[in-house]
Amino acid sequence: MRYLPLSEDDRRHMLAAIGADGIDALFKDVPASALLEDQIDLPPHAGEMQVEAAIEALAAKNTGAASAPFFIGAGAYHHHIPAAVDHLVQRSEFLTSYTPYQPEVSQGTLQALFEFQTQVAMITAMDVANASLYDGATACAEAAMMACRVTRRSKVILSGGLHPHYRDVTLTNARFLGLEMVTSEPDVDGTEELAGRIDGGTACVIVQNPNFFGNVKDLGALADACHDAGALLVVVVSEILSLGALRPPGEMGADIVAAEGQSLGNAMNFGGPHVGLFAVNERFIRQMPGRLAGQAEDVDGRRGWVLTLSTREQHIRREKATSNICTNSGLCALAFSIHLSLLGNAGFRGLARLNHGRAVTLADTLAEVPGAEIVNQSFFNEFTLRLAKPAAGVVDALGNDGILAGVPVSRLYPRRDDLDDLLLVAATECVSDDDIGRLAKALEGAL
Amino acid sequence: MATETFTGHRGLDMDEPLIFEQGAAGMSGVDLPGAGEFEDRLGDAGRESETGLPGLSEPQVVRHYLRLSRNNYAIDAGMYPLGSCTMKHNPRLNEKLARLAGLADLHPLQPLSTVQGALALIDQCADWLKTLTGMDAIAMSPAAGAHGELCGLMTIRAALEAGGDGRAIVLVPESAHGTNPASAHMCGYKVETIPTNGRGRVDFGAFNERLGPDVAAIMITNPNTCGLFEDEIIEIADAAHAAGAYVYCDGANFNAIVGRVRPGDLGIDAMHLNLHKTFSAPHGGGGPGSGPVVLSGALAPFAPVPYVVSADDGYALVESAEASDASPYGRMKGFHGQFGVFVRTLSYMMSMGADGLAQAASDAVLSANYILAGLSDDLTLSYEGPCMHEVLFDDRFLAETEVTTLDFAKAMIDEGVHPMTMYFPLVVHGALLMEPTETESLASLDQYIGMVKSLARRAKQGEVAAFKEAPRLAPRRRLDETTAARNPVLRWLPGDKAAAE
Repeated sequence: MRYLPLSEDDRRHMLAAIGADGIDALFKDVPASALLEDQIDLPPHAGEMQVEAAIEALAAKNTGAASAPFFIGAGAYHHHIPAAVDHLVQRSEFLTSYTPYQPEVSQGTLQALFEFQTQVAMITAMDVANASLYDGATACAEAAMMACRVTRRSKVILSGGLHPHYRDVTLTNARFLGLEMVTSEPDVDGTEELAGRIDGGTACVIVQNPNFFGNVKDLGALADACHDAGALLVVVVSEILSLGALRPPGEMGADIVAAEGQSLGNAMNFGGPHVGLFAVNERFIRQMPGRLAGQAEDVDGRRGWVLTLSTREQHIRREKATSNICTNSGLCALAFSIHLSLLGNAGFRGLARLNHGRAVTLADTLAEVPGAEIVNQSFFNEFTLRLAKPAAGVVDALGNDGILAGVPVSRLYPRRDDLDDLLLVAATECVSDDDIGRLAKALEGAL
Repeated sequence: MATETFTGHRGLDMDEPLIFEQGAAGMSGVDLPGAGEFEDRLGDAGRESETGLPGLSEPQVVRHYLRLSRNNYAIDAGMYPLGSCTMKHNPRLNEKLARLAGLADLHPLQPLSTVQGALALIDQCADWLKTLTGMDAIAMSPAAGAHGELCGLMTIRAALEAGGDGRAIVLVPESAHGTNPASAHMCGYKVETIPTNGRGRVDFGAFNERLGPDVAAIMITNPNTCGLFEDEIIEIADAAHAAGAYVYCDGANFNAIVGRVRPGDLGIDAMHLNLHKTFSAPHGGGGPGSGPVVLSGALAPFAPVPYVVSADDGYALVESAEASDASPYGRMKGFHGQFGVFVRTLSYMMSMGADGLAQAASDAVLSANYILAGLSDDLTLSYEGPCMHEVLFDDRFLAETEVTTLDFAKAMIDEGVHPMTMYFPLVVHGALLMEPTETESLASLDQYIGMVKSLARRAKQGEVAAFKEAPRLAPRRRLDETTAARNPVLRWLPGDKAAAE
């Protein structure tokens, strides 16, 4: 039991100091009927070699992204992570510290979070950002609830281009709160018109850019329509790297940005942990959910950092808090921040252009495949194909041939037969010309 | 000005400017291949502005974050006795395994045939957790403890509503974590507080009196935030069930009883597990966490999507309500939950085994009681022991000294130890809540006890100034949090200069 420092002698010494005649004397408040006499029926402790072998055996049954031509996106993306990122986040002082409740001995985490907040504000062109939420989907739900608080209205219009998981998490959060959630038909080609549906009871419109199907557009007119009606515009970004190539939400009039930051610094991890980004217009900061790091001075006049505006939070306000969030995604936020620090403006924009270039090459290549048609007029690093066959079967067949071809839209829209022939494909900097050639050839064979 | 050196550093204590105050435009720490020439497909949405991000080389970035890291306390550096937070050792094996390419580099929407090992891992982790808690089902997707609370309450509410029962009240003990009432509120419930009795436990009489047809659930923390086992838990659960209410347990303190007591034997209907507490996943300076919720058989059909099922030809995932045979109330999170934390949890559980987990609970309780015994003459114990995994003192021992709990905590920083949790729970005045965990050696516990005793004696001997001025030896001295909140500066802006250096 390599993680337990106490020896049997230590335990006897401690029990004697306490004046207890055995360990069970310390469990005397547990009802006797509930204190287990026997060991729970699970295997006994095991050494590193045994545990490593068991979990490596599970890992070996999976196909990792780097081991196959890989075109899957839909809210999680396979990007290269610089070696320095993981080295630095594994520094014990970052990895094994708690939420920075004692600022004098947590300046490292606090300054990193202040820098993270600034970076998120910079790339989204928003005024301020918080210190992270769980993921993009929960950030989207928090945005909807915050918009209802700010406007004192209860109707939320959700774009049909919103990632179905983000939609479902938002609907789930609203379910017991008496909020009216208005959903939309899937916006496959990016031509949805939402402005006409906004009325005086609308708290916000939630729209994703690039949308779930990959379409990109300027949202300035929609922002104006929202603001004319006293509603907020919430812009969701599920591929944060797109902001290196696309006009940022703040420049299009967004009031709240809810985004997924996994693409920078964080592995896909089969879906989590990821990192939710949340940025707002300055006038809303006291209505924000989540932790905030702020600048302060110490008694010697030296600049330092603290957690601030905590009167919004559950540990002070209890049921009146802006959210119940406590633990967030601190270490994932740090990884995001280190990756963005390494990239800098030039690297961030360059990496975005590289992704877009790969996707353009992919689109031009796949457009030549008989039975495949590109739906999008515009895109960043992901777009939708309409196939001559149901996409799910094609993806499974290609998967068996060692090509991870993308996401059949039917996986996220079950029971929508009209979307069965749609395939979402993404290309990041990790995709080679050879990968693209193999996909095109395999697709041609499958169609 | 406290520093007299030219650099602002003090030996190994390095002062580090913001990243935005360094670097130069156009620089980068990443070399990328060229994108080549192509016609963009960005429509009318292309970016015209620059981001303002600074450009730095890799050595500059590495040095920046290394210097920042050294301004943090960490469990790897010393005892971190934050009560209720469970700062135990984070095994590095878990980190190594979570980074295996066959686990970390998996996309959540890959064809299921290419992720059978990952689904098996989730299923195995779920099985261990159900066995340890003695519960029928588990919802793996919540992202943290508070998220699990919300999940558990939503499950309860969905089950009640399915039976046409519109109960509107959730009872929360006054000693509860702040997340409990906040989660109940987010589930659309009205919160009512149940007082604590003179023994630091839920006042059963007051609870019983308040029970009625409008009460949906009680949220109880067991062991509770005073570090005590709720010895009337079975009576509480029986009374709640007789009144048609559910019992939600905040499992933040499961580390005190894992392997020795199964919540399922106590009448609990739903409970979240903080995998980043009991099961050793690192806290990472504030997450990521993971908060799966174990459920009784009656609640199981209402659990959210997604969940893993075992089929003839391997594992499958139920990802939407449409695809479910049960009645899931919804979805908590994108994709399938905090898979990377599940890997660490399974690695920890396999390493510890049934025997090791029970021993960890026993050692955690033993260590807390050792601190109780060592300090009860010098500090004022709030409630009679034995305690469970943490021990609660209050500030009566400081009554004549002008030293506050806050001052006392800051003096601990100068002793090189992270302070205990302070001013929580709210049921005693000036709380000092100490949780050593099972991963401290006897020498470490003895040094801690000696240090706290010495501070208590110095406070009583009138050394007030030393406490008021503490910390003097940390990277920063006390920070003005009031001004920071009144005039919040939440980001760097171009043109900002390093203040006050």
